[in-house]
Amino acid sequence: MNLSRTSRTLLRAALVAGLAVVYVPLAVVLLNSFNSDRTFSWPPAGFTLRWWSAAWGSAGLRDALWTSVQAGLGATVIALVLGTMAAFAVQRYRFFGRETVSLVIVLPIALPGIVTGIALSNTFHTVLGLPLGLLTVIVGHATFCVVTVYNNVLARLRRMGLNLEEASADLGADTFTTFRLVTFPMMRSALLAGGLLAFALSFDEIIVTTFTAGAGVRTLPIWIFENLFRPNQAPVVNVVAAALILLSVIPIYLAQRLSGGDPQTH
Amino acid sequence: MTTITTTAASPGMRRRAASFLHRHAGVRLSLLLSAPLAWLGLAYLGALAALLVTAFWSTDVFTGDVVKVFTWANFTDLVTGEVYRTVALRSLGVAAAVTLIDLVVAFPMAFAMAKLASPRAQRWLVIAVLTPLWASYLVKAYAWRVMLSSDGLLGWGYGLTATVVTLSYLWLPYMILPIYAGLERLPNSLLDAAGDLGARGWRTFRTVVWPLTFPAAVAGSIFTFSLSLGDYITVKIVGGKTQLIGNVVYDNIGAANNLPFAAAVATVPVVIMLVYLAAVRRTGALENL
Amino acid sequence: MRSPRPRFARPSLVVTAALALAAVAGCGGGSSPATGGSGAAPGGGAFTPPKIEALKSLGAGEGQVNLVAWAGYAEDGSNDPKVDWVHPFEKATGCTVNTKTAGTSDEMVNLMKTGEYDAVSASGDASLRLIASGTVAPVNTDLVPNYKDVFEGLKLKPWNSVNGVPYGIPHGRGANLLMWRTDTVKPAPDSWGVVFDPASPYKGKVTAYDSPIYIADAALYLMSAKPELGIKDPYALDDKQLQAAVDLLKQQKQNVGEYWSDYTKAVQSFKSGDTAVGTTWQVIANLVEADKAPVETALPKEGSTGWSDTWMVAAKAKHPNCAYKWLDWIISPKANAQVAEWFGEAPSNAKACAETSDKSFCDTYHATDEEYFSKVHYWTTPIAQCLDGRTDVTCTDYSEWTRAWTEIKG
Repeated sequence: MNLSRTSRTLLRAALVAGLAVVYVPLAVVLLNSFNSDRTFSWPPAGFTLRWWSAAWGSAGLRDALWTSVQAGLGATVIALVLGTMAAFAVQRYRFFGRETVSLVIVLPIALPGIVTGIALSNTFHTVLGLPLGLLTVIVGHATFCVVTVYNNVLARLRRMGLNLEEASADLGADTFTTFRLVTFPMMRSALLAGGLLAFALSFDEIIVTTFTAGAGVRTLPIWIFENLFRPNQAPVVNVVAAALILLSVIPIYLAQRLSGGDPQTH
Repeated sequence: MTTITTTAASPGMRRRAASFLHRHAGVRLSLLLSAPLAWLGLAYLGALAALLVTAFWSTDVFTGDVVKVFTWANFTDLVTGEVYRTVALRSLGVAAAVTLIDLVVAFPMAFAMAKLASPRAQRWLVIAVLTPLWASYLVKAYAWRVMLSSDGLLGWGYGLTATVVTLSYLWLPYMILPIYAGLERLPNSLLDAAGDLGARGWRTFRTVVWPLTFPAAVAGSIFTFSLSLGDYITVKIVGGKTQLIGNVVYDNIGAANNLPFAAAVATVPVVIMLVYLAAVRRTGALENL
Repeated sequence: MRSPRPRFARPSLVVTAALALAAVAGCGGGSSPATGGSGAAPGGGAFTPPKIEALKSLGAGEGQVNLVAWAGYAEDGSNDPKVDWVHPFEKATGCTVNTKTAGTSDEMVNLMKTGEYDAVSASGDASLRLIASGTVAPVNTDLVPNYKDVFEGLKLKPWNSVNGVPYGIPHGRGANLLMWRTDTVKPAPDSWGVVFDPASPYKGKVTAYDSPIYIADAALYLMSAKPELGIKDPYALDDKQLQAAVDLLKQQKQNVGEYWSDYTKAVQSFKSGDTAVGTTWQVIANLVEADKAPVETALPKEGSTGWSDTWMVAAKAKHPNCAYKWLDWIISPKANAQVAEWFGEAPSNAKACAETSDKSFCDTYHATDEEYFSKVHYWTTPIAQCLDGRTDVTCTDYSEWTRAWTEIKG
């Protein structure tokens, strides 16, 4: 590739600068979690670990975290199943309305969250008469999480081709066995990447959740939203955010590691 | 493809099901499509349709109950009210600005990641880009509020500009990742070939790189555009006295308890996004999400 | 939710029920007021509530009580282990408390209509709707021993009673105040005119509450600034009066730097000097002062808008005895002091002032100052029937106020 030295340096500089800009606010958040001033004023007034211990002891926070995890897992599982099915259908078959399927899958995430939120809430409550709760949250999240799995699996299927599956069939494996022993292992990393992104989307989602959660269900973003307004609790929120940032590196790293580990297709 | 069956005496249920499925592609297809389409096609689209229907109803002023009588009143108010036009255009402008900024910022970053970094570094770079997505959206917006306040790190103040900057920041990873994926797929040999033919950096970019990664860029833009168009939280945090169309919808649902009007207002961003999606379908961006 | 006041446009999460339930036309008891003519009479200034009997006598506790409350009203230690008045109640009465936190008044009304809850902490707008729809019953104050210690200024008010019959127990009250930075705003203002001044020297540094209900604040100012408009009640505005208020607010917008709807935003704004003058709550003022920023607050001479919440008992409560016990508990001196301090409002029980951990709490919040509160116009939802009793015009309702607010913000 013949990029001049200046181009290369400039591009690298852009990358570094960009990442720096991305991480400065996160550093501010981290700093504020130690800030003894409750309203995040700058520069930080003093250093304290009070908020970290308060966060540790807060039962409300723990419940919210658990609810978010449950919602995320539920939504991810559903998204994995639906996304994979749709991806297989679109990639492997030709049928009328194929393009529309892609469009419909993208729609929940392409339309503004507030629209999805009020549409789903209206349906649940008015049309179906369902009480709003964790289940409706999971349904709402799954709806827009499908697309991440769908795209990852689709991309992988495109690269994979049918050769190995045909070979497996030639060797006598039936449809289910082929899927279990050949197709699935080849798709693992795509599923993982898609699932991880779906979980992240669900974990941090607030707008659709606001409308589908009802009064009793409190996910982490909802808890954060509520507590950002309480002077005594707001710094604890920073702690939560800081902790999330630090902890999230682990699953992301794992996902990246595992992406390289798929059996090669050629 | 023929299945060479073994010489087992009578194939079991599972085997029979498997062969049936294998031979009847149509059945396989419908089974595969059934659940996703039921969920997204029927349920989700149905929910949207139900919402649209509500837009044609009205609210009883005293009891607050919805009156299920067809009326154009909501849409008439929407179209004739000057403020709604202003807010809609403003939201459109914000979404476009955010998309443009993110595109300009993300492309060089993604290019450096895809082409100039070693495979090992690439993995860490992707992690570095993904990690901020896990920091709560709200907290990031508040961090920006802190930085933008007059005694904060940046001190630029709140308002429309602050909103655009914050939104650009929040959605940047959503633009970087698809472009990075697209650039990764771009074979280096093409770039070498362009160089061999005499094209320098900018020419190569304009004639080779950009056209090929255009779908990926558009894919990223779908996220940034849509997320900015409907957002009502960030603008409340850093927007000063600005309001966007998401706020109008939100205010009408909660405070005013006027779902029909809120639904009518909500059709505006929906229509915009549908038009956008229709336009980008041809570019193949939908496969690049 | 902690932030006590922005019921109307609080960036609250639980909007779902509000929108969905509102869309339920005629579902359950939704539209009952109109039936039988005993509900709210359109066009009349007052209304005749449905005939419901208050509880005659208190029996044994049923073992459980289901509440609908604002966040922070029924703390059980899950947010801060030291902030808990629910567990002591459960120990004392044997009634287990299940609280459903609501985000808006609309949601509270709808939750109560389901019949699943026994008591609700209703704001001035919700309370009337609940009474009119027959969702809540009158309260027999003889069964609430602590009621006698409630400030007289809160008893039998238009939002918690009808025709002399009390429908609830006052929880607390607070006023929206004028706050200013003493280093930038001189001389010290005593009138809302300082935020409505078109030629304000504080351009870009004025703040206002981000909710349609703020229109009442403008109307309140116009009551004395433009008496020819004939505004008697800032929540009862006919088209002309509403337009005048809207014009005033549009003019104010030129000078507004930021509209606020949550605590930390307002506190930070004043602290950093981004805002120099505007509407505030006592608790915000306390926080700003605690962080050493130079501010002062005052209740301007025109008076102010404010709020007062009422605990009400459901007409079809499944656990009425425990509900009454809760009502008595929450206004008992110690619990009332605790919730007032946690929330940031004036307690309703006079004896609570002796129980606050901050000994000057009641003074700061003007709990015993009836003169102070006589100038407060408590939040009420504007409805088409004029709240000031006029029958010759139709007043503007809250959905019109919301449209107007959208227009004002532009």
